[in-house]
Amino acid sequence: MYKEVLKSISGIEIYPEISLVIFFVFFLAVLGWSLTLSKKYISRMENIPLEDDNITSSENNIIAGGVK
Amino acid sequence: MEMEKFSYDNRIVRNFAIATMIWGVVGMLVGLLIAFQIYIPALNFGLPYTTFSRLRPLHTNAVIFAFVGNAMFMGIYYSLQRITKARMFSDLLSKAHFWGWQSIILCAALTLPLGITTSKEYAELEWPIDILIALVWVVFAINMFGTIVKRREKHMYVAIWFYVATVVTVAVLHIVNSIEIPVTLFKSYSMYAGVQDALVQWWYGHNAVAFFLTTPFLGLMYYYLPKAAGRPVYSYKLSIIHFWSLIFIYIWAGPHHLLYTALPDWAQSLGTVFSIMLIAPSWGGMINGLLTLRGAWDKVREDPVLKFMVVAVTAYGMATFEGPMLSLKNVNAIAHYTDWIVAHVHVGALGWNGFLSFGILYWLIPRIYKTELFSKKLANVHFWIGTLGIVFYAVPMYWSGITQSLMWKQFTPEGILQYPNFLETVTQLIPLYAIRSIGGTMYFAGVIIGVVNLFKTIKLGKLEANEPAEAPAREMVNLATAGETKHRWLERKPLQFTLVAVVLVLIGGLIEIIPTFLVKSNVPTISSVKPYTPLELQGRDLYIREGCNNCHSQMIRPFRSETERYGEYSKAGEFVYDHPFLWGSKRTGPDLHREGNKYPNVWHYLHMQDPRQISPGSIMPNYAWLQENDLDISTTEAKINAMRTLGVPYPAGFEKIANDELMKQAKLITDDLNKNGAPVTPEKEIIAMIAYLQRLGIDIKGDNPANLKGVK
Repeated sequence: MYKEVLKSISGIEIYPEISLVIFFVFFLAVLGWSLTLSKKYISRMENIPLEDDNITSSENNIIAGGVK
Repeated sequence: MEMEKFSYDNRIVRNFAIATMIWGVVGMLVGLLIAFQIYIPALNFGLPYTTFSRLRPLHTNAVIFAFVGNAMFMGIYYSLQRITKARMFSDLLSKAHFWGWQSIILCAALTLPLGITTSKEYAELEWPIDILIALVWVVFAINMFGTIVKRREKHMYVAIWFYVATVVTVAVLHIVNSIEIPVTLFKSYSMYAGVQDALVQWWYGHNAVAFFLTTPFLGLMYYYLPKAAGRPVYSYKLSIIHFWSLIFIYIWAGPHHLLYTALPDWAQSLGTVFSIMLIAPSWGGMINGLLTLRGAWDKVREDPVLKFMVVAVTAYGMATFEGPMLSLKNVNAIAHYTDWIVAHVHVGALGWNGFLSFGILYWLIPRIYKTELFSKKLANVHFWIGTLGIVFYAVPMYWSGITQSLMWKQFTPEGILQYPNFLETVTQLIPLYAIRSIGGTMYFAGVIIGVVNLFKTIKLGKLEANEPAEAPAREMVNLATAGETKHRWLERKPLQFTLVAVVLVLIGGLIEIIPTFLVKSNVPTISSVKPYTPLELQGRDLYIREGCNNCHSQMIRPFRSETERYGEYSKAGEFVYDHPFLWGSKRTGPDLHREGNKYPNVWHYLHMQDPRQISPGSIMPNYAWLQENDLDISTTEAKINAMRTLGVPYPAGFEKIANDELMKQAKLITDDLNKNGAPVTPEKEIIAMIAYLQRLGIDIKGDNPANLKGVK
């Protein structure tokens, strides 16, 4: 029964095909992206939750002219 | 450069924390009640408001939106302020969000027991509450984005991405699934019908699990787990991949909820493929969480907070492994409609959401109250009794699910069903239901111990309502760094980031939704399928009011075991006038799609009065009030008009004579009932209910007397 419904929609198979292609391209792009990230940036980011309250970030200080 | 002094708003965090605990107790208490009701029908108390089929949606809504919802907001309001180094955008919006959300919960707690429901799972609330939800959600969104915009921390930590994805996607899901035509203040009809309505509903249902129960809690995991462990997340790169692939794939996996139903094969296959792919990002996240504790396992032995979090993350891993497995056609054929699914969602709800919420509560309450946890020992007791509770809940439900399914499908060597009486497959499960209720009681006892412990902690300390903090002023935040990568550009710009996330979610959503709308014009029409008569339509709304769909499906799958038991399998074209669809998702009782003309009217009359006088041992509640209450026919005209607006071909002027037609049909049924010894008058609700049940699935059997005149 489903197949009859399907056959009557012309060009329907394009949807799953498009979705698969988009997904893989996107997944590879994100993978590539994550590989280009610098160590310094990563360690800065992963420490954000651990800095408490009054401790300022080193990177912000650098931008701010190293003022602490 | 001067440091800016400001303060974090802890009061709003405290408010959401208290709401989490209170609604957690309420939601689980209702869950406990229905866990006992399911095998002790007397506990329905013979009242409509305390009957299983009305309380089951109350339980699911209370746990999902009240308990988990408030826990999510608690966790977000605490962590967002700290990772952005900014107070929440507006105290007023925070308050509006808090009280708005609590009033939605209150509305739900009042309307669901009253039978005011749309019947669409996890979207049962009626249209005025839907509007309120949308408004409160916008308040939350403005408050969150405002905070992100005025943040002092240049970078957006990964937890924020999960929060942003949650806010945006839940808004889209809620609006698309709630498009309905109001009939009265407390009644609406879904704009979609049949197959299409089912597709939209489970696109919503699946993604609500993803974006209400999963993504916000992953954000919380990425903040609180490193916090509690005192070390950064295992791999930040993995968290990036985790985030993008999760939001990108999750939204596409909806159709697997409809496997083996009247849904096109390709959509089923697509859902299956993406569901399997979901293992990758989900397990990436779980591994990332667990490996954050590398070298810190000695802490896990000591700290109840970490214990809760480890079990939570492990439960997440189990549930997200099981989910894709369940979407495989051959596994789904066994698990669907059974208690297996109940076990699956409770591993997620009790383990992942429940334990992470309490882990965060144990960590957070002492901090905002500037004190120590009242009793670490009690927290450990909570942990162990809760963990055992999950085991005692889940194991009997898996067992029950498989037993049920095997009994449904068992044929004798002669080729006939071994258990043709559905009731046999139910009574078999009662011991397992009893063990499950013990497991639930244990988990609930743990929650009570936890709540007492936390309230004692609150008494020990004093709330630091405004926690002082300082950070460099925000001007520098917008200074671009030379040579930054695209991703860094993106995660510094909340607007762009949100747009990209929205586009991704929409692409996935559209690819699924466009064919859904094509489905409508491609469902083969069946000429013998006619709109419901006014009496049947009213009966159908009673079926919705009483929540029959919580235990009875209306979707016979094309398996020999089902066609033998129930009759001809369901066709897409049979549901074209079903606003909303009522396929159900669980067979605590038998499927009803071919119920029409199966039993005499008086059978239904007596069965509704007390199912046990017809089927000894049945666990169905009594619905005796249907024989007492008069049917409200003042709404018939509005209902016919609303249905016509939705495309149901009632002839012009039919709404004017609808109540005459209704009474004519009611008299026929009443006469038959009276003849068979049931003392009833035509204006009673039971007549409409019987009319609807006797109509179910008969159109293609060719024995519908076409009692609706003038309809082609």
